[in-house]
Amino acid sequence: MRRAELSMAIVLAILSVYLMWKSAELPIGWVKGDGPGGGAFPFWLSLVMLVCSIWTIVRWFRRTTPQSRSTEPYFDSQSLSLIILVVGALVLMVGSIHFIGVYGAIPLFFVFYMRFIGRQTWTKTLVLAVAAPVFTFFFFEILLHITLPKGATETLFYPLYDIFM
Amino acid sequence: MEIIQHLLDGFLVALEPMNLFLVIIGCAVGLFIGAMPGLGSVNGVAILLPVTFIVPPTSAIIFLAAIYYGAMYGGAISSIMLGIPGASTAVATTFDGRPLALKGMADKALVAAAVASFAGGTISVILFTAFAPPLAHVALSFGAPEEFALMMLAFGTFIGLGGDDIPKTLFSIAIGLVMSAVGLDILSGEPRLVFGDIPGFFHGINFLVLAIGIYGIGEILWTIESSRGEVAVSQAVVSVRRVLDTLRELVKSLKTIIMGSLIGFFVGLLPAAGATPGSIMAYGVAKTVSRDPDSYGKGNLDGVAAPESANNAASTGSMLPMLTLGIPGSPTTAILLGGMVIWGLEPGPRLFVEQTEFVWGLIASLYVANLFSILLNIAFIPIFIWVLKLPFSILAPVIFVLCIVGGYAPTQDMHDVWLMLLFGVVGYLMRKLDYPMAPMVLAIVLGPLAESSLRQSLLQSHGSMMVFIERPISGPIMGIALLLFVFPALKAVKSAVARRSAGTGGEK
Repeated sequence: MRRAELSMAIVLAILSVYLMWKSAELPIGWVKGDGPGGGAFPFWLSLVMLVCSIWTIVRWFRRTTPQSRSTEPYFDSQSLSLIILVVGALVLMVGSIHFIGVYGAIPLFFVFYMRFIGRQTWTKTLVLAVAAPVFTFFFFEILLHITLPKGATETLFYPLYDIFM
Repeated sequence: MEIIQHLLDGFLVALEPMNLFLVIIGCAVGLFIGAMPGLGSVNGVAILLPVTFIVPPTSAIIFLAAIYYGAMYGGAISSIMLGIPGASTAVATTFDGRPLALKGMADKALVAAAVASFAGGTISVILFTAFAPPLAHVALSFGAPEEFALMMLAFGTFIGLGGDDIPKTLFSIAIGLVMSAVGLDILSGEPRLVFGDIPGFFHGINFLVLAIGIYGIGEILWTIESSRGEVAVSQAVVSVRRVLDTLRELVKSLKTIIMGSLIGFFVGLLPAAGATPGSIMAYGVAKTVSRDPDSYGKGNLDGVAAPESANNAASTGSMLPMLTLGIPGSPTTAILLGGMVIWGLEPGPRLFVEQTEFVWGLIASLYVANLFSILLNIAFIPIFIWVLKLPFSILAPVIFVLCIVGGYAPTQDMHDVWLMLLFGVVGYLMRKLDYPMAPMVLAIVLGPLAESSLRQSLLQSHGSMMVFIERPISGPIMGIALLLFVFPALKAVKSAVARRSAGTGGEK
């Protein structure tokens, strides 16, 4: 926890400096007739971020925050592997939307998550893996008219569009 | 008594069979949209606006206003049951609603939210009806410095009353505001912070992307870790008796509800400072004036009642400047205003003279919408509790999928889905280190207005910060805000002095 607190503060401090530098690409001072320049608002706020991060680092050295005194691990190994598994599954799902579309990715995600992480029965898994995309289709595409990305499966939906839209 | 006559005429319009039907459907749809993480009243109203072109303008606005109303009730449902605000307006409802649900008192929190919403809505509609013209006149005198001062007050409540680590809270506010600045600069139109011209950043970072990331993805990751994949499902019993018990308990919260309604209504009135800061301020004030402020955040019924009465009151309040001045009081009313133009109406004070049926039909429909929202809301409680009783390994993927589809829906850009995932994971890692997330989400919502009001104020004053102090209305607001910012420092000094005088020595 101690190491995580310091690492996070340092990473956020670097991010602040980066944001300050990027904000400074626009005028950050007073532009005659226009008031404060376009970069001023994010620049000064990034400076506030930097000050806060340094403040946290100082507090870490003085051991004032509870995290900087804690001896507990930031992650224990069991939850770390679970979180990595879940985040990995999410990244794979969002990534696969680009190729097989929402209606390909959702069922696969359900099967993986419920069957292999959650250890649910195959019946429950399959019911949801089918019901979720069907509900999504009717609620978002038909009722709300939001076209979701379909990737390579786009052509399969033409008959459905003809029926419902 | 002219107002009463107008109102009665309005009820005749609102109670026409088709309009009544639209109110009921609107409330039900609004409740579900509000309850879904990621979709709030703005999305619901924006998406369903084209559907209303098949009915006359009066029916159309009655339907959309009912959705707005229903969504304000619905937002509380996911705040309480999932700990994910259904909309930004329900962020403050999670603070105490979630702890109550975890203690197994979800039904209490839900009933409290519904009743507070009803009270807030009703009180504010009565205020709306009675004081529309004079109040609009007051709000008219609010300029950019007043708006900015009000926003500083909202942020000040986090510093002074949030109780979290101060540098981390301040960091959270600042990064939220910086994220709101991403995209095209409002005044010069130049792109800024687009990180090497990534096209997805040109339209800015939608607050929903951050909100769903943090409160959807991040929250579930948090829950997975703390429960190792299985949530200890809190027992939530609903029965008529428990509902009645809660109602009896809520009598004690009456003061909080009235206060929340008034704060919500007046904050909602101001152009563009709507239900979100209103509900957060109501929460902050309720906590400050409470005899037992430490119980807030741990499951205090007042902590649910205050923001919920305020956000419903604010949604009514925000319609007042929209109707009387033609200035939207919230993003949702901005869309309603756009709709009015499409329907061929000219927004502004002349509506009250030329379109009395439209104006008073809408006002009367708000009374009706309130009634149906509370009835539907309480009737649907068993359905929402059934949702929570599902094993977490079923609920988690459902919420993940909802988050991803909900994150895609507002901008229809895969870039935002990736960003949401990133925010979710990073936000979760930061939250583990006690970085508060609510100020960040509030900041990204208020950011654009904060920046434009600041820049306009400074432009008016030629760069002098005194503009915020000198004006009669912004001065006191700014004063209170600054007081909130230095409040923790004063407290620290005071306790240090007290320790020294007690002879226990310095801090070591």
